[in-house]
Amino acid sequence: MTLRANAVIGGVIVASVASMAMAATLWTPHDPLGIDLALKLKPPSAAHWWGTDEFGRDVLSRAMTGAATSCLIALLTVLLAVSLGALAGVVAGFLRGWVDRTLMAVNDALLAFPGILLAMGMIVVLGASRWGVIVALGLAYAPSVARVVRGTVLSLREKEFVEASRMIGNPEWLTMVRHVLPNCVAPVAVLATSMFGWVLLAESALSFLGLGVAPPAPTWGNMLSAARPYMQTAMWLGIAPGLCIAITLLGINLLGDAVRDRLDPRMVR
Amino acid sequence: MAGYILRRLLLTLPTLLLVALAVFVLMRAIPGDPVLLMLGDSADAAQAAELRQRMGLDEPLPLQFGHWLLQAVRGDLGASITNGEAVMPLILDRFGVSAVIVLLAVAAAAMVAVPLGLLAAWKQDQTLDLAVVAGATLLLSVPSFWLGLLMLLVFGMKLGWLPVVGYVAFNDDWRQALLYIVLPVVTLTLIEIGALARMARASAIEVLRLEYVTHARAKGAGEGRVLWRHVLPNAFAPTLTLIGLVLGNLLGGIAVLETVFTLPGLGRLLVDAIFARDYPVVQGCLLFTAVIYVIVNLIVDLMYPLFDPRVSAA
Repeated sequence: MTLRANAVIGGVIVASVASMAMAATLWTPHDPLGIDLALKLKPPSAAHWWGTDEFGRDVLSRAMTGAATSCLIALLTVLLAVSLGALAGVVAGFLRGWVDRTLMAVNDALLAFPGILLAMGMIVVLGASRWGVIVALGLAYAPSVARVVRGTVLSLREKEFVEASRMIGNPEWLTMVRHVLPNCVAPVAVLATSMFGWVLLAESALSFLGLGVAPPAPTWGNMLSAARPYMQTAMWLGIAPGLCIAITLLGINLLGDAVRDRLDPRMVR
Repeated sequence: MAGYILRRLLLTLPTLLLVALAVFVLMRAIPGDPVLLMLGDSADAAQAAELRQRMGLDEPLPLQFGHWLLQAVRGDLGASITNGEAVMPLILDRFGVSAVIVLLAVAAAAMVAVPLGLLAAWKQDQTLDLAVVAGATLLLSVPSFWLGLLMLLVFGMKLGWLPVVGYVAFNDDWRQALLYIVLPVVTLTLIEIGALARMARASAIEVLRLEYVTHARAKGAGEGRVLWRHVLPNAFAPTLTLIGLVLGNLLGGIAVLETVFTLPGLGRLLVDAIFARDYPVVQGCLLFTAVIYVIVNLIVDLMYPLFDPRVSAA
């Protein structure tokens, strides 16, 4: 019962945020970058539903564009982390031996860093930008995927149906691609759903610190950061972006719980 | 038991070595010449060559790594480019600020979240359980830096109960110091209650299904005793692991909270160093935090057998 409620509420939230993000790429109520100092720090009104910021820019339009930026970054980051991690995990679990040991040693070294710290370190190398954030967070989160995939591959390769595929003469790579890899999808999907949330939060945190997408391009994180000096006089500036992050994360967490329960029956509800 | 501890300690050494290697490689991957960066634009070639030799940058990379590692083991992480201060004392000083906040918050969160998760599991699917799960999921979804800003807005600016910016060291005036860390600690506590309560509940539900719990009940043990003596110790092990992970992740993630509350902690030191391109400080902070993370996880693993004797036997 609650499981279905989780899935529905989470799904509705995620779908709304996704449509808001997609809509923003085509249309926003105002120009998210349009400065009008005459309109600066105006509270929410009929013309500007979520008010205006310190440059007179429309907060709703900026939040919508921010959703597009943040969601795209999170999506690409998760894709990068999953592809890299799955590749490393499959190669390690498949070839075993010294390749496995080397890959896993590197993997464990990366896992020995808190994700956001590793990302901050890589931002130093890559520079604070959209692509810098994607690559840094993607590399930071790939090791956890690699570990899950390798574990699944190692446990599956001894199973009867995999053995059967070998017996009928399928080459090893085909056995891997056709029979082992599809079975990694469920655990990776569970991980990827939660990861989307972590990445969104990490990206917001990096933007908030000034290590993410640089202003004037809006992200929820850098909007919150810019709102700090105005928290008392223009509260809406600090409420809107934070609420966007929190609601999106709530949707992903609810959906993540539902996905996990669906695909991983061993876990408690 | 002794064997387990020894094995776990030995396993930590290669991890630490790889962590150091990762930091070293990362810092060498930074585009640009560190010597020119340190000297500024006015440097001539002779000066640059002299500094390069003094810093050992003309040696082969493996040798450089070896020297750097030896110095790091001795506690020498070099000096800051911006002000020439030794990096290690600087880090230790700032680490104190972050550690106090993180430890207080995680301890408080565990004390609230574990009993809460246990109760929710005991009352699974009833109103209390649903409320705990909903509340925890909500808390899990709020970014710490936003909750911090809201706390500042309400308790600092609107109500004026607590100071808004700044920090007072405990050595100077501990009463003032407490006032300044109330908001950051409460913010972090609330956030971490979310994750920990969900974990405690999930593991308690699994334990409650086990036969020995039925057995304990059949023997006539009261529900309080069953929960406290039989469920809690066994359900606590996974939560303990999570506490370890949370502690470590907070050390990386606390920079945002220190920014919100303008606290001179380790996270802020790292971010400021990144902006100032003060690479010795960046390198030191990365290495120090990662080592602390490894050590925290080591301590958690070493505590594991206390809660789950099967671990040391394996």
